[in-house]
Amino acid sequence: MASLTFRGGIHPFDGKDMSKDIPIKDINPGPVLVYPLSQHIGAPCTPLVNKGDHVLCGQKIAEAQGFVSAPIYSSVSGTVKDITAHRVLTGNDAQCIIIENDGMYDEVEYPAVKPVDELTNEEIIGLVKEAGVVGMGGAGFPTHVKMSVKEPHKIDYIIVNGAECEPYLTSDYRKMIEEPEKLIEGLKIYLKLFPYSLGIIAIEDNKPDCIKVFKALTKDEQRITVKALRTKYPQGSERHLIYACTARQINSTMLPADVGCIVNNVDTVLSVRSAVYEGKPLIYRIVTVTGDCIKNPRNFRVRVGTLYSKLLEEAGGFRKEPEKIISGGPMMGICMFDLDVPVTKTASALLCLSRDDVSAMETTNCINCGKCTAVCPSRLVPGVLSEHAEHFNEEEFMACNGVECVECGCCSYVCPAKRPLAQNIKSMRKIMLAKKKK
Amino acid sequence: MDGLLNVSSNPHIRSKQTTSSIMLMVVISLLPACGYGIFRFGLKALMLLSVSVIGCIFFEYLFTFILRKKPTIGDFSAVVTGLLLGMNLPPTAPWWIALVGAFFAIIVVKMLFGGLGQNFMNPALGARCFLLISFTSIMTDFNIDAMSGATPLARLEAGEKVDIVSLLTGNIQGTIGETSAICLLIGGCLLFLFGVIDLIIPLLYILSFALCIAAFGGYGFNFSYIISHILSGGLMLGAFFMATDYTTRPISKTGQALYGVLLGILTAVLRVFGPSAEGVSYAIIIGNLLVPLIDKITRPAYFGKGATKNA
Repeated sequence: MASLTFRGGIHPFDGKDMSKDIPIKDINPGPVLVYPLSQHIGAPCTPLVNKGDHVLCGQKIAEAQGFVSAPIYSSVSGTVKDITAHRVLTGNDAQCIIIENDGMYDEVEYPAVKPVDELTNEEIIGLVKEAGVVGMGGAGFPTHVKMSVKEPHKIDYIIVNGAECEPYLTSDYRKMIEEPEKLIEGLKIYLKLFPYSLGIIAIEDNKPDCIKVFKALTKDEQRITVKALRTKYPQGSERHLIYACTARQINSTMLPADVGCIVNNVDTVLSVRSAVYEGKPLIYRIVTVTGDCIKNPRNFRVRVGTLYSKLLEEAGGFRKEPEKIISGGPMMGICMFDLDVPVTKTASALLCLSRDDVSAMETTNCINCGKCTAVCPSRLVPGVLSEHAEHFNEEEFMACNGVECVECGCCSYVCPAKRPLAQNIKSMRKIMLAKKKK
Repeated sequence: MDGLLNVSSNPHIRSKQTTSSIMLMVVISLLPACGYGIFRFGLKALMLLSVSVIGCIFFEYLFTFILRKKPTIGDFSAVVTGLLLGMNLPPTAPWWIALVGAFFAIIVVKMLFGGLGQNFMNPALGARCFLLISFTSIMTDFNIDAMSGATPLARLEAGEKVDIVSLLTGNIQGTIGETSAICLLIGGCLLFLFGVIDLIIPLLYILSFALCIAAFGGYGFNFSYIISHILSGGLMLGAFFMATDYTTRPISKTGQALYGVLLGILTAVLRVFGPSAEGVSYAIIIGNLLVPLIDKITRPAYFGKGATKNA
């Protein structure tokens, strides 16, 4: 069967070989852990602890505010050193709880959980909410909100996003290959919540071993199918994944639930599982530390709150001087200028590159080659949109459907004139979306 | 970690392909036809091609120098324009014709409108049309010493038969670069294999042209007549190298298809009903001018357009 896909997209150097065959390793989180109060989309949390308090691993240290929000738990035992502003990934300072690790890792006693079959749907969603699970693909949308669909019987597909189309990243791959049974258990929780739904485990065909494992494990499952996706960036983009798996389309004004789909990242499903099966909160995250500057690239199981500098140390430090350090993949990741920043629930990778393509290549005139148009998964004309954005031509930008951009960056990647198309469109899009909200 | 780190907006990686590498591939693809032109018409052709290429580079550099802009000749687009212009000159033309053409192509058509990517018509074609109108007798004089005679198109128009094998090899009268259909096809294939162009425009151009010639040519579906028309004049050169010029063709695939069909019709109409035997240059230039309009009506429908809730 041919692999499923969408029109457009690119095939960048994937760099996954560096880290994909090495098992996930637990690491020492270091003496100080930092917990930003906002690690999700929605209202920031309010601290439950005070300076000087002793906390246990798995203890709730900040409470969610409102429905679209998620609580935060300590991932070590120790003392609350301070609640203050600390630099976070975006480069800004944000309110954080800082905990001194006592090295004991004393855990709280997790409340006993009922077997999954005896839980009601409300109880399941309650457990997920309490565990502070958020979408770990990057957006950080609280998972219990995604689960609380108005009409659960109208959900037809639960899609597990195992595409991992970002170059260099292998954390989802490692999790799928190391704990496939747990992922299926997690998916079954969703299937219980949505009685008329089918489960789809969608994996890019550059991971044939994963596809084989899941096919073997689910061959007797009536409600779970494994689908092979063509290896292409941005195959894991929510809209395009839904299209590849179900041939249904959504645009910027719609949510996946509008076409009867719920899409979840691999790590999210695993966190849902441990919340429901074990009553454990989200305190771990699998992070890929890789790039040509890293001595020993591999995946780590990281306690949320660990500083990036600690990850680098655990990976053996630098092999050569990096020119660019990125949190996340090379297509969607955020640049870092300081490693003294904590890993949050939505972190996925630390990528250190010795060459920065962006500064190495000069921007020249657009030659109208149309390559951006050919690769755009949203079927826009990025070259034209970017020009409207540069001129702040709001009317034309909207007329050319600029808000439909998914900010994947394919246009910037492919542009022979090396124009910052995605950057221009993204900035303008932000302005337009903010205006729309008003 | 001592040095400062680079920061920028994502994505952080870029493809290897640059404007220069694309233009270089175009230059390479043009070489077979140029080579044949030099082989057939001798050193005079080499001289005209050289003057035209050097002229284009010189004028572009001069323009950026006078306006104190960063030199843009490194992108090889001036070389492409120079070669195309040279290939469109008759081998009998004096050297200054090439220079005047280079001036018009680079300064008037390209740089005055903002340089590479901003010109609204193909610079080489613009210059050819300018020369055709201004120096008609020079530009249509194809008599060289030993070989005299009319171009195949003129003979077709006069109702004569033309040998298809000579049309393929290029053993005919014509401008420096347009005579050998085989060499142009090799170049076109190179362009396609390099991934510089796709075949939407050339194929639809030639196909719609063939259909129109069959319809209006007066000979019906006469196979050898149609093939002679396709292989004569500037059609192959135009279809593969000028109609596919990035800057002056529509951006969406639908637009390109429409553009290709339109060029075919225009060329056929100009050749059959127009006063001169040739029609490719004017057809492409008229097509160029229609591109903004075509782009407007063929804007692609965005992903998820018209999607409805809860299917």
